[in-house]
Amino acid sequence: MSQADPQGRSWRGPALATGARAVGLAALLAVAVAFPVIFPNPVVTNYGVFTLIFVAVASAWNFFSGFSGYISLGNAVFFGSGAYALGIAARDWHVTGTGVFALLPLAAAVAALIAVPLGLIALRVRRHTFIVITIAFFFIFQLMAYNFSFTGGSTGVDAPFLPWQAQTYNNPFYYIALACAVGAIALSWLIRRSRFGLQLRAIRDDEDRARGLGVRAMRVKLSAFVLSAAVTGLVGAVWFFYLTQVQPPSGFDPLFDLSVVLMAFLGGLGTISGPVLGALIIEPGQLYLTTTFTNGYLSEILLGAVFLTVVLLVPRGIIPTGGEYLRRLTTRGRAAIPAAVPAVPQAADPAQVQEAQH
Amino acid sequence: MSALLRTEGVHKAYGGVRALDTCTIEVAEGTVAGLIGPNGSGKTTLFNVITGYAKADTGEVYLADRRITNMAPDKVFALGIGRTFQLTRIFPRLTVMENMLVASQHSRSGARKRAMEQLEFVGIAGYHGALAGMLSFGQRKLLELAYVLVADPAIVLLDEPAGGVNLSLVNHIADRIRELNAAGKTFLIVEHNMEFVMGLCEQVTVLDSGTVVAAGPPDIVRTDRRVLDAYLGEDIEEAEDDPAAAEGT
Repeated sequence: MSQADPQGRSWRGPALATGARAVGLAALLAVAVAFPVIFPNPVVTNYGVFTLIFVAVASAWNFFSGFSGYISLGNAVFFGSGAYALGIAARDWHVTGTGVFALLPLAAAVAALIAVPLGLIALRVRRHTFIVITIAFFFIFQLMAYNFSFTGGSTGVDAPFLPWQAQTYNNPFYYIALACAVGAIALSWLIRRSRFGLQLRAIRDDEDRARGLGVRAMRVKLSAFVLSAAVTGLVGAVWFFYLTQVQPPSGFDPLFDLSVVLMAFLGGLGTISGPVLGALIIEPGQLYLTTTFTNGYLSEILLGAVFLTVVLLVPRGIIPTGGEYLRRLTTRGRAAIPAAVPAVPQAADPAQVQEAQH
Repeated sequence: MSALLRTEGVHKAYGGVRALDTCTIEVAEGTVAGLIGPNGSGKTTLFNVITGYAKADTGEVYLADRRITNMAPDKVFALGIGRTFQLTRIFPRLTVMENMLVASQHSRSGARKRAMEQLEFVGIAGYHGALAGMLSFGQRKLLELAYVLVADPAIVLLDEPAGGVNLSLVNHIADRIRELNAAGKTFLIVEHNMEFVMGLCEQVTVLDSGTVVAAGPPDIVRTDRRVLDAYLGEDIEEAEDDPAAAEGT
């Protein structure tokens, strides 16, 4: 009896791959948990906190934009709104100390609430028009942060003081950011496997066709948009506590959106691991350049150069391109899936299918 | 037999171009009906109006006795109208099985089983794990038919199912339609392949310039003077009536 599927792959392959993937993920998680213990230097853990923050926001961006194909350049709206919401709540309700972390769900809720009307407006259009509208939202929110009195104007909002020791100050933030990152990745994985995720990917391929097959496109897109905003807002609040301050140009930073998009594109748009890999490469690199070179523009110039390189050389991202390369190696030149399936009506017979591949 | 699908006086214009003009058709339940006409006669526009992809300016569309005029495509599909497109529209970056599951209205486990049954029925089950974008044009046609069928719609609208595919595949598709019709499924087919239409359809409606010019059994319709006018042009008919004019004297 054959132990291969019609594409010529061994049936043991997927099980082994799943096992290897589970072991790899457990090892990665163990390394991530032990990281502050292995590298207690605050400079290094600072890199860890920012990188994990961007792993989380890049994953959250991806499970809307990457899966649906609606490229948003306005997620900084939710990041900044989460930061401001918590800062304002802590200030006005006089919440101090570690009690401020209990307010984190509020940041998610505020970002989600903001995303509903924005989504209802922006998701009526597609492609470049959608991108332009999200950019417009971004500038509107930045201007509002500058001009409203409750946002503190150009001075922004300060976070409550946290009475933690300077040497280990980063560590609690590291683990909170790690929890956010793991949560965002898990959510991304759940969405990818669900019917909801399938509908998002169908919308990416052909939205009108998907609607003609019963997909309630607006509802699906809006749900993903709001979910992505909620996670981004929550992470924005963590970022705010860590930096102890938010101002209009830092809370609503155009570079934030460019960085997140670049992370997803570099790793692999629409994949689960792509944005994670992208964030692990881009964010430490950006931090290194910013802290090493006093010329503040250099990291931005290099970010642009990396963007160009990715779009020109690996437009699909590292994970899909690398995966295809590995598949070619393991199948030794045989097509893993039929390259051009002949239009044979009775091709359901696997024997015929296999024959057609050789 | 009662009408499962009917349009009443549907009018649709794109700017100054009149695509449909008081278009009224009926498709009886359990039949295979054909919709033919020269290029630009409004066949695909009528499909678009029925399935919610285009809004009718005036007129009504009914499924059984339910008014579905200008409903959104997802609602029309949920009510029981599935359609294919002239140029196949599949989801190229999803696998064949995932394409099937997009349309499936069943529970998770039931959906896969039903999807596989439909893939086997049309003859492409062997490719369930392949990316749909890798399929040939003919197999995309079969996939499109399969994923429309997976939701078990009351009526299936096929837009040129035999267009651009080889003869054996045309026969394969015709056989599948006959089998489904024998099981009670209703079809409305737009097709330029007259042999395909005449061999399959019990009732044929002819459109010209957005208006129904003839309707009836294939044998009657194919000899109808208005149909010949629509396909061959009135000048030719006039020329036949007046040999002197035809010779240019």
